[in-house]
Amino acid sequence: MSDSAPVIDVRGLSKSFGSTQALDGLDLRVERGEVHGFLGPNGAGKTTTLRVLLGSVRADSGTATVLGLDPWSDVPALHARLAYVPGDVALWPNLTGGEVIDLLARLQGGHDATRRARLLEMFELDPTKKARSYSKGNRQKVALVAALASPAELYLFDEPTSGLDPLMEEQFRRCVRELKDDGRTVLLSSHILSEAEALSDRISIIRAGAVVETGALSDMRHLQRLVISAETEHELHGITDVPGLDDVVLEGNHLRCTVEPAHLAELLSHLTAAGIKTLESHPPSLEQLFLSHYGVRVDEDDHV
Amino acid sequence: MSEENAGTLAMLRLALRRDRVLLTSWVVGLAATAGFSAAATVELYPTEEQRVAAAEAINASAAVVALYGRIYDPTSLGAVSMIKLTALGAAIVGIVMLFIAIRHTRGEEEPGRLELLSGGRLGRRAPLTAALLLVSGASLALALLTAVANTAAGLPWTGSLAFGLGWGATALVYGTVGAVTAQVSDSARAARGLGLVVIAVTYVLRAVGDLAEPGPGPLSWLSPIGWNQQLRAYSGERWWVLVLPVVVSAGLVVVAYALRSRRDLGAGLRADRPGPAVGSLHTVGGLAWRLQGRILLAWAVAFVLFGLILGSMAGSVDKLLTSPAMKEFFEKIGGSAGLVDIFLGAMVAIIAAIAAAYGISAAARLRSEEVEGHAEPLLATATTRTRWATSHYAVALGGTALLMLLAGLSIGTSASAALGDWSQLARVLVAALAQIPAVWVVTSLVLLLFGWLPRWTAAVWGLLAAFVVVGEFGALWKLPEWVMDISPLRHAPTLPVGGSGVLPVVVLTLVAVALSAAGYSGWRRRDLAG
Repeated sequence: MSDSAPVIDVRGLSKSFGSTQALDGLDLRVERGEVHGFLGPNGAGKTTTLRVLLGSVRADSGTATVLGLDPWSDVPALHARLAYVPGDVALWPNLTGGEVIDLLARLQGGHDATRRARLLEMFELDPTKKARSYSKGNRQKVALVAALASPAELYLFDEPTSGLDPLMEEQFRRCVRELKDDGRTVLLSSHILSEAEALSDRISIIRAGAVVETGALSDMRHLQRLVISAETEHELHGITDVPGLDDVVLEGNHLRCTVEPAHLAELLSHLTAAGIKTLESHPPSLEQLFLSHYGVRVDEDDHV
Repeated sequence: MSEENAGTLAMLRLALRRDRVLLTSWVVGLAATAGFSAAATVELYPTEEQRVAAAEAINASAAVVALYGRIYDPTSLGAVSMIKLTALGAAIVGIVMLFIAIRHTRGEEEPGRLELLSGGRLGRRAPLTAALLLVSGASLALALLTAVANTAAGLPWTGSLAFGLGWGATALVYGTVGAVTAQVSDSARAARGLGLVVIAVTYVLRAVGDLAEPGPGPLSWLSPIGWNQQLRAYSGERWWVLVLPVVVSAGLVVVAYALRSRRDLGAGLRADRPGPAVGSLHTVGGLAWRLQGRILLAWAVAFVLFGLILGSMAGSVDKLLTSPAMKEFFEKIGGSAGLVDIFLGAMVAIIAAIAAAYGISAAARLRSEEVEGHAEPLLATATTRTRWATSHYAVALGGTALLMLLAGLSIGTSASAALGDWSQLARVLVAALAQIPAVWVVTSLVLLLFGWLPRWTAAVWGLLAAFVVVGEFGALWKLPEWVMDISPLRHAPTLPVGGSGVLPVVVLTLVAVALSAAGYSGWRRRDLAG
């Protein structure tokens, strides 16, 4: 396997459970050394994709290669090189957090004691407590510490921060950045957009079992409209004639709208003619980008 | 209804909705078993003479008295036909209700479902109250349905009503035992284990009591199963005995509520102590042992105690032969040595069926670990599926073998001491060990279903029940030989084990190997539950 080969290469993956089509021709490419955000709403097929990549379920059709190996048939060889944090962490109630961390790490092929200690401190986790008494967030921390304490080439995180408070979320981000600096590859499934936005080099948006869009965040913005909010001295006339304008709300001298970047200059000349008093323009947030794929109207007041 | 019980009706409706198939099939199935047995016996012993002869044979056999109790009116058709169901049947009824009570109390707390509901307007006592109402209703339904089934089969209605109410009362007692163990233990698994120990102990108490001369001894009165026998359905009913289970159930309900109010949701009575910060588990095998070892140890202790009691009863085999005609009859077919063999063989067979129950519960851990989401993180490490499945399957196989070894040693030792004949030890030990392959076949059925029909893994419990029922009632129901031959337990060699026992032992071992190989191959091919 050469260094330029993708770490994850998925083509035309399909999987159905009974009458439910969980994956429907999904393509996904994750390059070496990148943090790849895997975004989609609940039930879009994120977890099923990860479970195919782990060999927990077998795809009906399509191909998947992880680190150059077949995730279904090369389990021990592949799993020795990756680490996984499930979205819903179930622990054995009568084992302590420390015991679970050490067991998982050893089955993974060993871990670094100093790294383990540092992670426990970072995540403020008491390893002597029985798993029964852990909250959801603490159970998640156990899985995170176990995964992060063992060196791997590829890290698979399934909604890893869904139970963490903002402080811990920040610690998790630190860890992911360190992994990236270290040259590791990360696939981060999430429906928390700010998280993917803050961490990902590239993202893939999944909907109804298929990836509808993939690329760098900056590339995706080109496809998107700008959100404009302006106030002018004089009333705005004929503003609706400007091409590429949408979602227009005009109240006297106040305008709110979205515009295709290609027609921004035209809009600005109209506004200038009417005498601009205030002007706000911002790129759509990932949230809006995301929503536009589900046919939901972009509301410019509702940005993150 | 007080605030503490708010939402009880909603909980009860939820329980009925979840259990509509399960509970209905158990209640109808148990009542039907009684009805069919009654009908079959009516055909089997049409005359009073035949019934008296059968009853005398039963009362003369220590093995039968220990397992099922005595017949108090040899002329009564009902007493003869319900002998097995009065003790063994009552125990099965008790196990069902025990499990149902725990399922709806502690079993609901574990996965956090109850937590989910507590957000609504749900009183603290409501789940327990709902479970108790469910158990009471099911017990009453079972009582009436059984009475109807037996009456329809041709038995007198007063006796049938007593028999049905006896079952219902026994069900109620063990259901409330479940409500108490659910509060004491820190998991549903532990609550079920503790409840089963109570049932086993009360079963043995009445066995010892029934063997006393003249029976029943005082120990029989310490057992709800003993009460059910002493109610004497079809043998001049003693209705007042029904007061005992009702009063004890009421007492257990009070205890359950008191314990419930002392602990937090999801917690046991004892608070968790901190454990080691650094783990010593290195392998999935180590984990399986950690999860199952203590349970096996408890079973091992129970087996040794159970075995010592069963073996000690061998001494009373001779004493029961009071009628000279019976004595002569048995001398002819092999002498009192033959009688001892029949008794010890029956004890070993019974304990093998119990070991199979352990094997099923230990192997079924595979499915519960998978469903609860514990398997996935382990399988995401470098651990293969085969290796993980082997970790629990090995505990099941090794555990059943250990239990049978202990059973052989304990029954053999106490029987030898009781008979003053130490040659019995080796013979019983060999007989117990010869049962291991049959137990492994039952255990391996779990792996087979786990591999190919994972949702049906628990159905092996039904299969074991069917094997036991066919073994007990197959001949009575005149089932064809091939149907009875389906039970692996029937093929294990019995005392005295000679050269002819080698072939079945080898064949059963091969069957177990084939079943597990098939199970493994299914498990390697299928999707993980998620």
